[in-house]
Amino acid sequence: MAKIVASVNVSHVPAIGAAWDNKKSGEPYWKPVFDGFDFSKKWIAELKPDVIILVYNDHASAFDASIIPTFALGCASEFPPADEGWGPRPVPTVIGHPVMASHIAQSLILDEFDMTIINEMDVDHGLTVPLTLMFGQPQAWPCKIIPLPVNVVQFPPPTGNRCFNLGKALKRAVESYPEDLRVVIFGTGGMSHQLQGKRAGLINKVWDKRFLDSLAGDAELARRIPFIEYVREAGSEGIEMVMWLISRGALDREVREVYRFYHVPASNTALGHLILENASFAA
Amino acid sequence: MSNDEPFRREPIEGFDDVPGTTLFDAQRARQGYHVNQFCMSLMKAEKRAEFKADEDRYLRKWPMSEAQRQAILDRNWGRMIELGGNIYYLSKLFSTDGKSFQFVAATMTGLTQDQYAQMMLNGGRPVDGNRSKSEWSAKEGK
Repeated sequence: MAKIVASVNVSHVPAIGAAWDNKKSGEPYWKPVFDGFDFSKKWIAELKPDVIILVYNDHASAFDASIIPTFALGCASEFPPADEGWGPRPVPTVIGHPVMASHIAQSLILDEFDMTIINEMDVDHGLTVPLTLMFGQPQAWPCKIIPLPVNVVQFPPPTGNRCFNLGKALKRAVESYPEDLRVVIFGTGGMSHQLQGKRAGLINKVWDKRFLDSLAGDAELARRIPFIEYVREAGSEGIEMVMWLISRGALDREVREVYRFYHVPASNTALGHLILENASFAA
Repeated sequence: MSNDEPFRREPIEGFDDVPGTTLFDAQRARQGYHVNQFCMSLMKAEKRAEFKADEDRYLRKWPMSEAQRQAILDRNWGRMIELGGNIYYLSKLFSTDGKSFQFVAATMTGLTQDQYAQMMLNGGRPVDGNRSKSEWSAKEGK
Protein backbone atom coordinates (compact mmCIF):
# COMPACT_ATOMS: atom_id res chain seq x y z
CA MET A 1 0.00 0.00 0.00
CA ALA A 2 0.96 3.64 -0.32
CA LYS A 3 2.10 5.38 2.86
CA ILE A 4 2.65 8.97 3.99
CA VAL A 5 5.95 8.79 5.88
CA ALA A 6 6.90 12.42 6.50
CA SER A 7 5.82 16.03 6.27
CA VAL A 8 7.65 19.08 5.02
CA ASN A 9 6.27 22.39 6.23
CA VAL A 10 7.55 25.58 4.71
CA SER A 11 6.62 29.20 3.98
CA HIS A 12 6.02 30.06 0.33
CA VAL A 13 6.99 33.74 0.13
CA PRO A 14 6.90 34.90 -3.55
CA ALA A 15 10.05 37.03 -3.14
CA ILE A 16 12.00 33.80 -2.47
CA GLY A 17 11.04 32.55 -5.93
CA ALA A 18 11.94 35.90 -7.47
CA ALA A 19 15.32 35.91 -5.65
CA TRP A 20 16.09 32.41 -6.93
CA ASP A 21 14.91 33.08 -10.49
CA ASN A 22 16.92 36.32 -10.68
CA LYS A 23 20.08 34.56 -9.38
CA LYS A 24 20.13 36.54 -6.12
CA SER A 25 20.21 33.51 -3.83
CA GLY A 26 23.87 34.17 -2.92
CA GLU A 27 23.28 37.81 -1.90
CA PRO A 28 23.63 38.65 1.82
CA TYR A 29 19.88 39.20 2.28
CA TRP A 30 18.89 35.85 0.75
CA LYS A 31 21.86 33.56 1.46
CA PRO A 32 20.78 32.69 5.02
CA VAL A 33 17.33 31.75 3.70
CA PHE A 34 18.64 29.33 1.08
CA ASP A 35 21.37 27.97 3.40
CA GLY A 36 18.57 27.01 5.77
CA PHE A 37 17.50 24.37 3.25
CA ASP A 38 20.87 22.64 2.67
CA PHE A 39 19.97 19.87 5.10
CA SER A 40 16.44 19.56 3.71
CA LYS A 41 17.66 19.10 0.14
CA LYS A 42 19.92 16.22 1.22
CA TRP A 43 17.19 14.70 3.38
CA ILE A 44 14.62 14.60 0.62
CA ALA A 45 17.14 13.40 -1.99
CA GLU A 46 17.85 10.41 0.27
CA LEU A 47 14.21 9.81 1.10
CA LYS A 48 13.22 9.70 -2.60
CA PRO A 49 9.44 10.12 -2.33
CA ASP A 50 7.38 8.73 -5.21
CA VAL A 51 4.60 11.23 -4.70
CA ILE A 52 4.23 14.58 -2.91
CA ILE A 53 0.81 15.79 -1.80
CA LEU A 54 1.34 19.54 -1.75
CA VAL A 55 -1.05 21.57 0.39
CA TYR A 56 -0.92 25.25 -0.54
CA ASN A 57 -3.12 28.18 -1.41
CA ASP A 58 -3.65 29.83 -4.72
CA HIS A 59 -3.12 33.62 -4.59
CA ALA A 60 -5.71 34.82 -7.12
CA SER A 61 -3.85 33.05 -9.93
CA ALA A 62 -5.74 29.90 -10.99
CA PHE A 63 -8.92 30.89 -9.14
CA ASP A 64 -10.35 34.39 -9.39
CA ALA A 65 -13.16 35.82 -7.26
CA SER A 66 -15.80 33.96 -9.28
CA ILE A 67 -15.15 30.52 -7.76
CA ILE A 68 -13.64 29.96 -4.31
CA PRO A 69 -13.25 26.28 -3.36
CA THR A 70 -12.45 25.72 0.31
CA PHE A 71 -10.65 22.41 -0.35
CA ALA A 72 -9.65 21.32 -3.85
CA LEU A 73 -7.61 18.48 -5.32
CA GLY A 74 -5.59 18.62 -8.54
CA CYS A 75 -6.39 15.51 -10.58
CA ALA A 76 -4.78 16.61 -13.87
CA SER A 77 -1.75 14.91 -15.43
CA GLU A 78 0.19 18.18 -15.42
CA PHE A 79 0.04 21.68 -13.96
CA PRO A 80 1.93 24.51 -15.71
CA PRO A 81 3.48 27.36 -13.68
CA ALA A 82 1.11 30.35 -13.58
CA ASP A 83 1.70 33.81 -15.01
CA GLU A 84 1.13 35.90 -11.88
CA GLY A 85 1.44 39.20 -13.71
CA TRP A 86 5.20 39.18 -14.42
CA GLY A 87 5.40 36.01 -16.58
CA PRO A 88 5.50 32.36 -15.42
CA ARG A 89 8.39 31.28 -13.16
CA PRO A 90 11.10 29.45 -15.15
CA VAL A 91 10.49 26.16 -13.34
CA PRO A 92 9.49 22.71 -14.64
CA THR A 93 5.86 21.86 -15.24
CA VAL A 94 4.44 19.94 -12.30
CA ILE A 95 3.60 16.35 -13.23
CA GLY A 96 0.54 15.05 -11.39
CA HIS A 97 -0.64 11.55 -10.58
CA PRO A 98 -4.20 11.53 -11.95
CA VAL A 99 -4.89 7.90 -11.03
CA MET A 100 -3.88 8.27 -7.40
CA ALA A 101 -5.40 11.77 -7.13
CA SER A 102 -8.75 10.46 -8.38
CA HIS A 103 -8.59 7.66 -5.83
CA ILE A 104 -7.86 10.19 -3.08
CA ALA A 105 -10.71 12.46 -4.22
CA GLN A 106 -13.18 9.59 -4.15
CA SER A 107 -11.96 8.35 -0.77
CA LEU A 108 -12.12 11.86 0.78
CA ILE A 109 -15.63 12.55 -0.50
CA LEU A 110 -16.90 9.23 0.84
CA ASP A 111 -15.10 10.15 4.08
CA GLU A 112 -17.26 13.34 4.18
CA PHE A 113 -14.68 15.85 2.88
CA ASP A 114 -16.35 17.41 -0.15
CA MET A 115 -13.38 18.24 -2.35
CA THR A 116 -13.60 20.36 -5.48
CA ILE A 117 -11.98 18.33 -8.25
CA ILE A 118 -9.68 20.33 -10.51
CA ASN A 119 -8.77 18.88 -13.90
CA GLU A 120 -7.09 21.94 -15.34
CA MET A 121 -5.04 24.38 -13.30
CA ASP A 122 -1.96 26.59 -13.36
CA VAL A 123 0.05 26.57 -10.13
CA ASP A 124 1.48 29.73 -8.60
CA HIS A 125 4.31 30.58 -6.17
CA GLY A 126 2.39 28.96 -3.33
CA LEU A 127 3.22 25.57 -4.85
CA THR A 128 6.44 26.24 -6.76
CA VAL A 129 8.47 28.15 -4.12
CA PRO A 130 8.50 25.18 -1.69
CA LEU A 131 9.68 22.93 -4.57
CA THR A 132 12.50 25.36 -5.40
CA LEU A 133 13.60 25.44 -1.74
CA MET A 134 13.61 21.63 -1.47
CA PHE A 135 14.92 20.67 -4.92
CA GLY A 136 16.73 23.71 -6.39
CA GLN A 137 16.59 23.93 -10.17
CA PRO A 138 16.26 20.46 -11.72
CA GLN A 139 15.27 19.83 -15.35
CA ALA A 140 12.18 18.10 -14.03
CA TRP A 141 10.75 17.82 -10.49
CA PRO A 142 11.95 14.44 -9.17
CA CYS A 143 8.53 12.96 -8.36
CA LYS A 144 4.83 13.23 -9.04
CA ILE A 145 2.95 15.96 -7.24
CA ILE A 146 -0.71 16.12 -6.26
CA PRO A 147 -1.73 19.73 -5.52
CA LEU A 148 -4.24 20.36 -2.73
CA PRO A 149 -5.28 24.04 -2.77
CA VAL A 150 -7.02 25.47 0.31
CA ASN A 151 -8.85 28.78 0.46
CA VAL A 152 -7.12 31.00 3.01
CA VAL A 153 -7.62 34.26 1.07
CA GLN A 154 -11.31 34.92 1.64
CA PHE A 155 -12.22 34.61 5.32
CA PRO A 156 -13.17 32.48 6.99
CA PRO A 157 -10.78 29.75 5.90
CA PRO A 158 -11.46 26.24 7.17
CA THR A 159 -10.71 25.87 10.89
CA GLY A 160 -7.45 24.33 12.03
CA ASN A 161 -9.33 21.38 13.48
CA ARG A 162 -11.14 20.77 10.19
CA CYS A 163 -7.76 20.88 8.43
CA PHE A 164 -6.27 18.43 10.92
CA ASN A 165 -9.17 16.03 10.31
CA LEU A 166 -8.76 16.39 6.54
CA GLY A 167 -5.17 15.29 7.09
CA LYS A 168 -6.39 12.19 8.89
CA ALA A 169 -8.76 11.44 6.00
CA LEU A 170 -5.86 11.90 3.56
CA LYS A 171 -3.87 9.32 5.51
CA ARG A 172 -6.75 6.85 5.14
CA ALA A 173 -7.09 7.67 1.44
CA VAL A 174 -3.38 7.12 0.75
CA GLU A 175 -3.23 3.92 2.79
CA SER A 176 -6.12 2.47 0.79
CA TYR A 177 -4.22 2.93 -2.47
CA PRO A 178 -2.85 -0.50 -3.44
CA GLU A 179 0.46 0.44 -5.05
CA ASP A 180 3.55 0.58 -2.81
CA LEU A 181 4.38 4.26 -2.95
CA ARG A 182 6.33 6.46 -0.57
CA VAL A 183 4.41 9.71 -0.06
CA VAL A 184 5.54 12.96 1.58
CA ILE A 185 3.00 15.66 2.39
CA PHE A 186 3.89 19.36 2.21
CA GLY A 187 2.11 21.98 4.30
CA THR A 188 2.98 25.47 3.09
CA GLY A 189 2.44 29.16 3.88
CA GLY A 190 2.95 31.22 7.03
CA MET A 191 4.44 31.91 9.40
CA SER A 192 3.44 35.18 11.07
CA HIS A 193 2.92 37.97 8.55
CA GLN A 194 0.48 40.71 7.66
CA LEU A 195 0.48 42.32 4.23
CA GLN A 196 -2.30 44.86 4.65
CA GLY A 197 -3.51 47.74 6.78
CA LYS A 198 -1.69 49.94 9.25
CA ARG A 199 -0.51 46.85 11.17
CA ALA A 200 1.35 45.41 8.11
CA GLY A 201 4.74 43.93 8.93
CA LEU A 202 3.61 42.13 12.09
CA ILE A 203 5.90 39.29 13.20
CA ASN A 204 5.43 37.14 16.32
CA LYS A 205 8.42 34.86 16.95
CA VAL A 206 7.15 33.61 20.31
CA TRP A 207 3.80 32.53 18.88
CA ASP A 208 5.42 30.96 15.80
CA LYS A 209 7.73 28.90 18.00
CA ARG A 210 4.83 27.69 20.12
CA PHE A 211 3.02 26.63 16.93
CA LEU A 212 6.08 24.70 15.69
CA ASP A 213 6.51 23.05 19.09
CA SER A 214 2.90 21.92 19.09
CA LEU A 215 3.15 20.46 15.58
CA ALA A 216 6.32 18.61 16.53
CA GLY A 217 4.34 17.11 19.42
CA ASP A 218 0.76 15.86 19.21
CA ALA A 219 -0.61 19.14 17.75
CA GLU A 220 -3.51 19.11 20.25
CA LEU A 221 -2.84 22.76 21.11
CA ALA A 222 -2.37 23.93 17.52
CA ARG A 223 -5.48 22.28 16.12
CA ARG A 224 -7.68 24.16 18.60
CA ILE A 225 -6.34 27.65 17.86
CA PRO A 226 -9.36 29.79 16.93
CA PHE A 227 -9.42 31.90 13.78
CA ILE A 228 -9.26 35.17 15.74
CA GLU A 229 -6.03 34.12 17.47
CA TYR A 230 -4.24 33.59 14.16
CA VAL A 231 -5.32 37.05 13.01
CA ARG A 232 -4.44 38.84 16.24
CA GLU A 233 -1.19 37.01 17.07
CA ALA A 234 0.19 35.99 13.66
CA GLY A 235 -1.30 38.63 11.34
CA SER A 236 -4.09 38.50 8.79
CA GLU A 237 -1.99 36.41 6.39
CA GLY A 238 -0.59 34.21 9.18
CA ILE A 239 -3.86 32.31 8.87
CA GLU A 240 -2.12 30.30 6.12
CA MET A 241 -0.71 28.16 8.93
CA VAL A 242 -3.96 26.18 9.12
CA MET A 243 -2.54 24.35 6.09
CA TRP A 244 0.29 22.96 8.25
CA LEU A 245 -2.39 21.20 10.28
CA ILE A 246 -3.45 19.21 7.20
CA SER A 247 0.08 17.88 6.81
CA ARG A 248 0.31 17.18 10.56
CA GLY A 249 -3.02 15.35 10.62
CA ALA A 250 -1.79 13.08 7.82
CA LEU A 251 1.04 11.75 10.01
CA ASP A 252 0.83 9.37 12.95
CA ARG A 253 0.26 10.74 16.45
CA GLU A 254 3.88 9.92 17.32
CA VAL A 255 6.36 11.84 15.17
CA ARG A 256 9.99 12.85 15.39
CA GLU A 257 11.28 16.28 14.51
CA VAL A 258 13.96 15.88 11.86
CA TYR A 259 14.75 19.51 11.16
CA ARG A 260 13.64 23.03 11.99
CA PHE A 261 14.60 26.40 10.53
CA TYR A 262 13.23 29.86 11.30
CA HIS A 263 14.31 33.16 9.80
CA VAL A 264 13.09 36.78 9.87
CA PRO A 265 12.59 38.47 7.48
CA ALA A 266 11.87 37.03 4.08
CA SER A 267 10.42 40.18 2.55
CA ASN A 268 7.35 40.76 4.80
CA THR A 269 7.28 37.36 6.40
CA ALA A 270 8.67 35.11 9.12
CA LEU A 271 9.95 32.07 7.24
CA GLY A 272 9.35 28.79 9.04
CA HIS A 273 10.38 25.29 8.06
CA LEU A 274 9.73 22.01 9.90
CA ILE A 275 10.34 18.44 8.77
CA LEU A 276 8.60 15.64 10.67
CA GLU A 277 8.77 11.87 10.19
CA ASN A 278 6.43 9.26 11.59
CA ALA A 279 8.15 7.80 14.65
CA SER A 280 7.45 4.31 13.25
CA PHE A 281 9.20 5.10 9.96
CA ALA A 282 12.70 3.79 9.29
CA ALA A 283 14.11 4.94 5.94
CA MET B 1 -24.46 42.25 -8.18
CA SER B 2 -24.44 45.95 -7.32
CA ASN B 3 -21.88 47.71 -5.21
CA ASP B 4 -24.39 50.23 -3.94
CA GLU B 5 -25.95 47.85 -1.43
CA PRO B 6 -25.16 48.68 2.18
CA PHE B 7 -22.15 46.90 3.60
CA ARG B 8 -23.16 44.21 6.04
CA ARG B 9 -20.84 43.24 8.89
CA GLU B 10 -20.78 39.60 9.89
CA PRO B 11 -19.55 39.54 13.46
CA ILE B 12 -16.54 37.37 14.25
CA GLU B 13 -16.05 37.47 17.97
CA GLY B 14 -13.11 39.58 19.03
CA PHE B 15 -12.16 40.69 15.58
CA ASP B 16 -13.36 44.27 15.90
CA ASP B 17 -10.71 44.83 18.54
CA VAL B 18 -7.76 43.95 16.25
CA PRO B 19 -6.21 47.26 15.16
CA GLY B 20 -5.06 48.25 11.68
CA THR B 21 -6.45 45.14 10.00
CA THR B 22 -9.26 44.63 7.51
CA LEU B 23 -10.99 41.28 7.42
CA PHE B 24 -11.56 40.10 3.83
CA ASP B 25 -14.68 38.13 4.60
CA ALA B 26 -17.58 37.09 2.38
CA GLN B 27 -19.39 40.42 2.73
CA ARG B 28 -16.31 42.47 1.91
CA ALA B 29 -15.48 40.15 -0.97
CA ARG B 30 -18.95 40.78 -2.34
CA GLN B 31 -18.45 44.54 -1.99
CA GLY B 32 -15.07 44.36 -3.73
CA TYR B 33 -15.96 41.81 -6.39
CA HIS B 34 -15.51 44.10 -9.39
CA VAL B 35 -12.37 45.71 -7.98
CA ASN B 36 -10.80 42.28 -7.63
CA GLN B 37 -11.99 41.02 -11.01
CA PHE B 38 -10.61 44.19 -12.63
CA CYS B 39 -7.26 43.35 -11.01
CA MET B 40 -7.40 39.80 -12.37
CA SER B 41 -7.83 41.16 -15.90
CA LEU B 42 -4.34 42.69 -15.60
CA MET B 43 -2.72 39.24 -15.72
CA LYS B 44 -2.70 39.55 -19.52
CA ALA B 45 -0.12 41.80 -21.19
CA GLU B 46 -2.56 43.29 -23.70
CA LYS B 47 -4.98 44.24 -20.91
CA ARG B 48 -2.19 45.91 -18.98
CA ALA B 49 -1.40 47.98 -22.07
CA GLU B 50 -5.05 48.92 -22.54
CA PHE B 51 -5.37 49.95 -18.87
CA LYS B 52 -2.21 52.06 -18.96
CA ALA B 53 -3.38 53.85 -22.13
CA ASP B 54 -6.57 55.19 -20.45
CA GLU B 55 -7.12 54.07 -16.86
CA ASP B 56 -10.47 55.73 -16.27
CA ARG B 57 -11.98 54.40 -19.48
CA TYR B 58 -10.72 50.89 -18.76
CA LEU B 59 -12.08 50.99 -15.19
CA ARG B 60 -15.56 51.94 -16.40
CA LYS B 61 -15.91 48.46 -17.89
CA TRP B 62 -16.48 47.18 -14.35
CA PRO B 63 -19.63 48.24 -12.46
CA MET B 64 -17.72 49.44 -9.41
CA SER B 65 -18.61 52.42 -7.23
CA GLU B 66 -17.21 55.92 -7.80
CA ALA B 67 -15.28 55.61 -4.54
CA GLN B 68 -13.69 52.35 -5.66
CA ARG B 69 -12.71 53.74 -9.06
CA GLN B 70 -11.24 56.86 -7.48
CA ALA B 71 -9.22 54.81 -4.96
CA ILE B 72 -7.72 52.82 -7.83
CA LEU B 73 -6.93 55.96 -9.87
CA ASP B 74 -5.32 57.50 -6.76
CA ARG B 75 -3.48 54.24 -5.95
CA ASN B 76 -4.82 54.61 -2.44
CA TRP B 77 -4.08 51.03 -1.36
CA GLY B 78 -5.53 51.35 2.14
CA ARG B 79 -8.79 52.71 0.73
CA MET B 80 -8.95 49.91 -1.88
CA ILE B 81 -8.65 47.37 0.94
CA GLU B 82 -11.37 49.15 2.96
CA LEU B 83 -13.67 49.02 -0.07
CA GLY B 84 -13.32 45.28 -0.58
CA GLY B 85 -10.07 44.91 -2.49
CA ASN B 86 -7.84 42.04 -1.41
CA ILE B 87 -4.07 42.28 -1.33
CA TYR B 88 -3.48 39.23 -3.56
CA TYR B 89 -5.79 40.64 -6.22
CA LEU B 90 -4.34 44.13 -5.82
CA SER B 91 -0.89 42.60 -6.42
CA LYS B 92 -1.83 42.36 -10.12
CA LEU B 93 -2.34 46.14 -10.13
CA PHE B 94 0.85 47.03 -8.29
CA SER B 95 2.81 44.56 -10.44
CA THR B 96 1.45 46.44 -13.45
CA ASP B 97 2.87 49.58 -11.82
CA GLY B 98 6.21 47.82 -11.23
CA LYS B 99 5.76 47.96 -7.44
CA SER B 100 6.35 45.25 -4.82
CA PHE B 101 4.39 43.86 -1.88
CA GLN B 102 6.85 45.62 0.38
CA PHE B 103 6.25 49.00 -1.30
CA VAL B 104 2.49 48.68 -0.91
CA ALA B 105 2.69 47.39 2.67
CA ALA B 106 4.95 50.33 3.55
CA THR B 107 2.49 52.79 1.96
CA MET B 108 -0.40 51.43 4.03
CA THR B 109 1.54 51.80 7.27
CA GLY B 110 2.59 55.38 6.55
CA LEU B 111 6.29 54.48 6.44
CA THR B 112 8.70 54.95 3.56
CA GLN B 113 9.75 51.73 1.89
CA ASP B 114 13.24 52.08 3.42
CA GLN B 115 11.85 52.59 6.91
CA TYR B 116 9.53 49.63 6.48
CA ALA B 117 12.31 47.38 5.12
CA GLN B 118 14.46 48.36 8.12
CA MET B 119 11.63 47.52 10.51
CA MET B 120 11.44 44.06 8.92
CA LEU B 121 15.21 43.60 9.20
CA ASN B 122 14.91 44.51 12.87
CA GLY B 123 12.48 41.63 13.37
CA GLY B 124 9.22 43.12 12.10
CA ARG B 125 6.42 44.96 13.86
CA PRO B 126 6.25 43.51 17.37
CA VAL B 127 2.98 42.01 18.48
CA ASP B 128 3.22 43.61 21.92
CA GLY B 129 1.28 46.85 21.77
CA ASN B 130 -0.39 45.81 18.51
CA ARG B 131 -2.99 43.29 19.64
CA SER B 132 -5.86 45.53 20.55
CA LYS B 133 -7.41 48.85 19.53
CA SER B 134 -7.22 49.99 23.14
CA GLU B 135 -3.43 49.69 23.00
CA TRP B 136 -3.39 51.90 19.90
CA SER B 137 -5.69 54.54 21.40
CA ALA B 138 -3.54 54.59 24.54
CA LYS B 139 -0.48 55.30 22.35
CA GLU B 140 -2.29 58.05 20.46
CA GLY B 141 -3.51 59.57 23.71
CA LYS B 142 0.04 60.21 24.87
